[in-house]
Amino acid sequence: MKEFMFIIRGGQEKYTSASKEEMQQHMEKWQKWMGEMAANGTLINGQPLMEEGKTLADRGEKVTDRPFAEGKELVGGYLLIKTESLDHAAKIAKDCPSFDYGCTVEVREISPME
Amino acid sequence: MKEKDTVKQTLSHLFRQESGKMVAVLAKIFGVENLELIEDVVQDALVKALETWKYKGIPENPQAWLYRTAKNKAIDIIRRNKHSQIIDFSSPHRKLLVSEYTLVNTIEDFWKEKQIKDDFLGMMYACCHPDISQEQQITFILKSLCGFSTKEVAKSFLCSEDTISKRLYRTKKYFREHKIFPKIPENDEIVLRTKTVLNAIYLMFNEGYSATHTDQLIRKDVVDQALFLCNSLLLEQRTQLPEVYALMALMCFHTSRMDSRITREGTLVLLEHQNRTNWDAKMIHLGAENLNKAAFGNTITTYHLEAAIAYQHCCAQQYEDTDWKKILEYYDLLLNIDYDPIVFLNRCLVILKLKGAEEALYALNKIKENSLLNKYYLYHAILGEIYKELNQNHEAILSYKNAIKLTQSKQEKLLFESKVNLVLDKIG
Repeated sequence: MKEFMFIIRGGQEKYTSASKEEMQQHMEKWQKWMGEMAANGTLINGQPLMEEGKTLADRGEKVTDRPFAEGKELVGGYLLIKTESLDHAAKIAKDCPSFDYGCTVEVREISPME
Repeated sequence: MKEKDTVKQTLSHLFRQESGKMVAVLAKIFGVENLELIEDVVQDALVKALETWKYKGIPENPQAWLYRTAKNKAIDIIRRNKHSQIIDFSSPHRKLLVSEYTLVNTIEDFWKEKQIKDDFLGMMYACCHPDISQEQQITFILKSLCGFSTKEVAKSFLCSEDTISKRLYRTKKYFREHKIFPKIPENDEIVLRTKTVLNAIYLMFNEGYSATHTDQLIRKDVVDQALFLCNSLLLEQRTQLPEVYALMALMCFHTSRMDSRITREGTLVLLEHQNRTNWDAKMIHLGAENLNKAAFGNTITTYHLEAAIAYQHCCAQQYEDTDWKKILEYYDLLLNIDYDPIVFLNRCLVILKLKGAEEALYALNKIKENSLLNKYYLYHAILGEIYKELNQNHEAILSYKNAIKLTQSKQEKLLFESKVNLVLDKIG
């Protein structure tokens, strides 16, 4: 069994303009998607991220009071899952509700360090 | 002042009903092993309600208000403890609690109406686990499912708060060590497990109904809660068993007479002197309805027979109309199911009514070697009655005095003292 990270990018603009009802409906999709993964043991963890942040460079000498990326590139959340292969992980990621909000999902395997 | 009292009573009633449900739902979220944490959340919600409602008035839907407060508190606790070992998040449903994507919705899922009903019953079965002693079962039910404070439980059991705390501690320890999961038992064991639950409800009811307590309010509360718990079982199809209806009937019949049993001054009124027009007709009706429903299937339990006996008393217009013959038949059946010396004693009283003192004495003599009964006040009280009828005044007085020595209840002591005086008057 391998571990994978889903890096979810973009969608912030659409998220902030969604109505309460729209948001509620959308979150129910997350509930269903993650619920299935929790039930079959695929899910490890996952969290949405705040838009604000700081970016540090040069050993922290250079601090920018916002995340590195912007717009479509901004990371909005992540998920950790375990499954057999990258292909299978990608198949699971296809159902990610964030696509409704124009997000991209990057699927990366956790790299074991020798 | 009076208005304040009714508000207080409404609240205490609401809190009693809702705190048990909240405990049950939270137990599903945090696990029964975290009962202290759970009780804190419920307590917090209740305190917050009291403080807020004092100024803003009771909200339109107080139940929803309480639940929302408890939910928010639960969310806080999960956010703070999601990386600690306190809560076991490994089950699929609980796993969704640690992600912000799903936390709020998952909490809402736990709080669905149908779910709450099942959780509450599941918690009842957990509290009445056969490995937990009966004393501990009722103590725990009163504390966790009926929202009694330790002090109130101590008061209703006439024992120290320390004793109650120890009992609660042992039960919690059992839950922790055995990882008890509250749920309604599967079909093949539901009858057996329900038996234990009914037993606990019955004991609880007797605790509240028995006249040994000075605090009337607490007693009434315990009786109400016993009725509430039994009714919760009847609201669920899986637990609509004949014996559950029978116990409900029995408790309804007894409850109908509750207020007539004690005068305002606190003296006991015997069945034959009770004003029957004061009996609660609604309760008797409800009892009869339940007794009818208890009749399906082939099950006859002691609850059926005790209910049938109580019903005979309830439907006699006057004491003189009591059908003692029928009652005796029920007692014989009762003893057939389960020989219980206390039932045997009560049967002697029926014989006294039906066949006279000599036959009653003959029956009673059969069990006079029973050392346990010799320490039981009712044995001596009945002996007193029999001797009185036989005009053996000296023996009658002696028996009543034994009964006075053995009973803990002030009201009963007073009653037997008045009986002694009656006999003394007779001698002149």
